Amino acid sequence: MSLIECRDVALGYEGRIVVSNLNFKVNTGDYLCIIGENGSGKSTLMKALLGLKKQSEGEIIMGDGLKTNEIGYLPQQTIAQKDFPASVKEIVRSGFLNRMGFRPFYTKQEKRIAYEKMEELGIIDLKTRCFRELSGGQKQRVLLARALCATSKLLILDEPGAGLDPVVTKDMYDLIEELNKKGITIIMVSHDIQAAVTYANKILHVSDTPEFFEDKKSFMSGRIMKNLVSSAEEQ
Amino acid sequence: MAEITEKLQMYFQYDIVRNVLIVGVLIAFCSSLLGVTLVLKRYSFIGDGLSHVAFAALSVATITNLSNNMIIVMPVTILAAVLMLRTGQNSRINGDAAIAMISVGSLAIGYMLMNIFSVSSNVSGDVCSTLFGSTSILTLNNSDMIICVVMSVIVLIFFLLFYHKIFAVTFDENFAAATGIKAGVYNTLMAIITAIIIVMAMNLVGSLLISALIIFPTLSAMRVYKNFLSVIICSGVISVVGAVLGIFMSLLNDTPVGATIVSVYIVVFLIFSLCGFCRERA
Repeated sequence: MSLIECRDVALGYEGRIVVSNLNFKVNTGDYLCIIGENGSGKSTLMKALLGLKKQSEGEIIMGDGLKTNEIGYLPQQTIAQKDFPASVKEIVRSGFLNRMGFRPFYTKQEKRIAYEKMEELGIIDLKTRCFRELSGGQKQRVLLARALCATSKLLILDEPGAGLDPVVTKDMYDLIEELNKKGITIIMVSHDIQAAVTYANKILHVSDTPEFFEDKKSFMSGRIMKNLVSSAEEQ
Repeated sequence: MAEITEKLQMYFQYDIVRNVLIVGVLIAFCSSLLGVTLVLKRYSFIGDGLSHVAFAALSVATITNLSNNMIIVMPVTILAAVLMLRTGQNSRINGDAAIAMISVGSLAIGYMLMNIFSVSSNVSGDVCSTLFGSTSILTLNNSDMIICVVMSVIVLIFFLLFYHKIFAVTFDENFAAATGIKAGVYNTLMAIITAIIIVMAMNLVGSLLISALIIFPTLSAMRVYKNFLSVIICSGVISVVGAVLGIFMSLLNDTPVGATIVSVYIVVFLIFSLCGFCRERA
């Protein structure tokens, strides 16, 4: 059974359908990249996968014992975070909130796991630093560590390279690839087709006529890639 | 110095003065706790907005000669708070515009009503005291004080129990919601508590100065401290110390309570800004 399966899903706001006919499957260990133009419905689909939004039609089926609150989420940074006084430690630990229920404090084990995740992502030295003083790449790592505290199964990443310079973006993608190799399923929303082709094993192109590619080969030989290549040649 | 202690001792023989001190400290403390999240969520002005709504509600209560003003003031303010914090998220009128609109609108309506259906001979005096709270704190009775103590305890418990959730919802509402925290519920609870604190605080500093109670301790703490817990604790301490100092000074110098407290906060803010500046240079 697949981890997430979408069957004929349509999404929209206030009765207006943004995107429809979404059909795809994500298995454990997959690296799915969701690409598409601005306004095509990428973020809406992501919200639906996170359970923040109800689909208008169709079904989203979670398999392998996955619960909606077991998804690790790397959102785009908000304006409020620009001057937010929070230490790295505080932010990473907040990933555990989904399993806390009404318990008001973190357990020792949770604190230990938080340290492990910070070590894994190479930000342990920053643990008492203030979030707003970090560089863009460091901030993304902190938010990624938080997402890893929330899940050991599935990460949904929203434009992880947004606002980063090429070198740092590459580091970030390598890090995500490493996590994927350790067995965490990745769903990445991005408009970076280059990255999609390099890292993902499945690609979903969201548009008026969504297309799902089970493997990279079919994507490379498909219409979207041809269009890209021809437009590059024209230039 | 001895003279000052003597004078204060003389004042503190009166129950009313002790009540003022207790109520003042509690309200300042609660507003500073709420202030941290409100300021960080870009709702600094909600104190001002809600207090103007409360002012409008109060003028309705006054002209209808209700025995207990709170019957109207409390529900109306809570409703406005929920609406303001809700509209902030996704609507055509964004958060600060909605607050500004409701704030200015209700201030105008309140003043209009007070003028048209004037019950007392001194309208501008009444308006002035609701806005600046110059005298009302001295008319506090025991039941006011009990309500105030109970509310402060509730706010404190809310913060202790839900501290981590409040942090998560304030820092990143989307992430919190995605991991299953009911962000909407926390926002609504926060709105209700904010409304209650503001209505209570109107008695202390009057509606125009409530924003100061919410903003100054937080901003001062943020100049120096760089993590959420320290900022919350520090702003709590600043608010209590500031309120005590302010009340003492207003007793000694016969100055209006609210304005004195706020002046103390301004001085504290300047000192903390200087400390923060020096620390960054060092």
